Amino acid sequence: MRSIPVKKSVNQLIFAIGVLVVWEALALLKLWPPYVFPTPRGVAETLWAGLADHSIFIGIAVSLRRVALGYAISVVLGILLGVLLTWSRFLQDTLGGVILSLQSLPSICWVPLALLWFGLSETAIIFVTVMGSMLAVTQATKAGFDNVPRILSMAGRNLGAKGPQLFWHVMLPASLPYLVDGLKQGWAFAWRSLIQGEMLYVTLGLGQLLVAGRDLNDINQVVVVMVLIAGIGYAVDSLLFRKLETSLRDKWGTAIASA
Amino acid sequence: MSNYVLDLFSRATAGSRVLPEYDELSEQVKPRKDAPANDSVSQSPDSRKESIALSGVFRSYANSRGSFTPALQNIDLEIEQGEFVCIVGPSGCGKSTLLHLLAGLDKPTTGQVIVDGNPVQGPGTDRILLFQELGLFPWLTVRQNVEFGMKMAGVSKDERKDRARTFLRMVHLSHFEDHYIHQLSGGMKQRVALARSLALHPKILLMDEPFAALDAQTRDMLHDELERLWKETSPTIVFVTHNVREAVRLGDRVLLMSFRPGRIKKQFQVTLPRPRHVEDSDVALMSKEILGQLREEIDRSFNAEYSREEKR
Repeated sequence: MRSIPVKKSVNQLIFAIGVLVVWEALALLKLWPPYVFPTPRGVAETLWAGLADHSIFIGIAVSLRRVALGYAISVVLGILLGVLLTWSRFLQDTLGGVILSLQSLPSICWVPLALLWFGLSETAIIFVTVMGSMLAVTQATKAGFDNVPRILSMAGRNLGAKGPQLFWHVMLPASLPYLVDGLKQGWAFAWRSLIQGEMLYVTLGLGQLLVAGRDLNDINQVVVVMVLIAGIGYAVDSLLFRKLETSLRDKWGTAIASA
Repeated sequence: MSNYVLDLFSRATAGSRVLPEYDELSEQVKPRKDAPANDSVSQSPDSRKESIALSGVFRSYANSRGSFTPALQNIDLEIEQGEFVCIVGPSGCGKSTLLHLLAGLDKPTTGQVIVDGNPVQGPGTDRILLFQELGLFPWLTVRQNVEFGMKMAGVSKDERKDRARTFLRMVHLSHFEDHYIHQLSGGMKQRVALARSLALHPKILLMDEPFAALDAQTRDMLHDELERLWKETSPTIVFVTHNVREAVRLGDRVLLMSFRPGRIKKQFQVTLPRPRHVEDSDVALMSKEILGQLREEIDRSFNAEYSREEKR
């Protein structure tokens, strides 16, 4: 059977309409009480109300500002740590294992420590975000440097690059496919960790809106905020990282190194 | 060493017979007498300048059994400025090791490697090695690859661009300057690597089986191009290959290396007139002679492999 090529967007539209129809049908059947089962209309109304009173905009803005700060810190520290691990055999033998084991901690595990150290503060949330994503960046940086083909660094040295030049003009660009992979993973971890951090205490931000929804038994709000969190995560991934990956792939003529 | 004079003579006479531009060649291939004498350069009495001198070079590597495998043994070698020397030998004879020593990417266990009168301390842009695997940078365009060495040396942006374009024109890749490496064919990549090396005006060009992976037609074309570029920029070339005909086609001199440990078993002066071609009968004849001797070494290398197999 020949399949007719259909545009991706058409498929997505059909799927969305299908989901809405089934959802509304289930809602009309009233199988569950309304505080357990959200309705399309209820979700739409909550979304509209949130947009109208700007609470959603404020939540998104606050969360994005925090994740930008936390992610920036974790990228800088993560890459730095990755470079140190590559350069120093001693650090690699010692810290390497520690980092691996810390990476298996869910970021929520950092919350008690954050609270004891920083109290109910902005700093505590940023700390959780950084700890949640930094080590992924470190691992990818290390893998990137370890996998630079020897021939490229030899060619660089042969053409007169030494020390920092070799680092900036050969090692770093050569490890970029791995690095971008790590940055992408780091972003996903940072965003998740932030939301977890924001659920800690009363503050603006999407995590808090989610908790508020539960406290008010407002399932519609819970669903709205969950959709927003997932949507923003997806949007950043596809707007930023997918573009970066595509441009890398075009230059290198390869599939991105799959770690 | 009188061979060298003979060789030059034969080249010059051949030039007048065969190609008009040959006079120009004989001018350029001659040692640069007019160049200001470097104070540390030891000049031989007849004013020929030595480009490379290896004396008593040994190189061995630690192997997994805790002993040492000798790669090079007692290499004594002198190469003159502007000379085109080809090295042939069975695989595992240390040809690449020799080039790495010259490039400063490796150090001899004992012995001395002298380039232009100075011991080699490390990599330097006066000696550029063309790797078999090329080592072109996939994240840079063709022109940026050619500019790389100049960028490291701090050459200004405009000059870099100009020089890169000059060399890309030389290797006929002007139209591809904005392409990325993966968009090029094998032969084109070779030419990018060649342009990248030549753009640094190296005194010595070290080539490690550069054309081994190419088809015969592309290789023929690149032989012509390499010879032309050699005439135009007159570097000393040390060219490693396993292809004897290629060595005779290109070299002023062919060195035959023995199987492990690598020693220079024999030297052949190639006085055949240029331009030569791989299919020329005199090239074939000379290749046959060299190949006969090479075969003994290849047999030895096979025997060594077999006996190792049997021991298992």
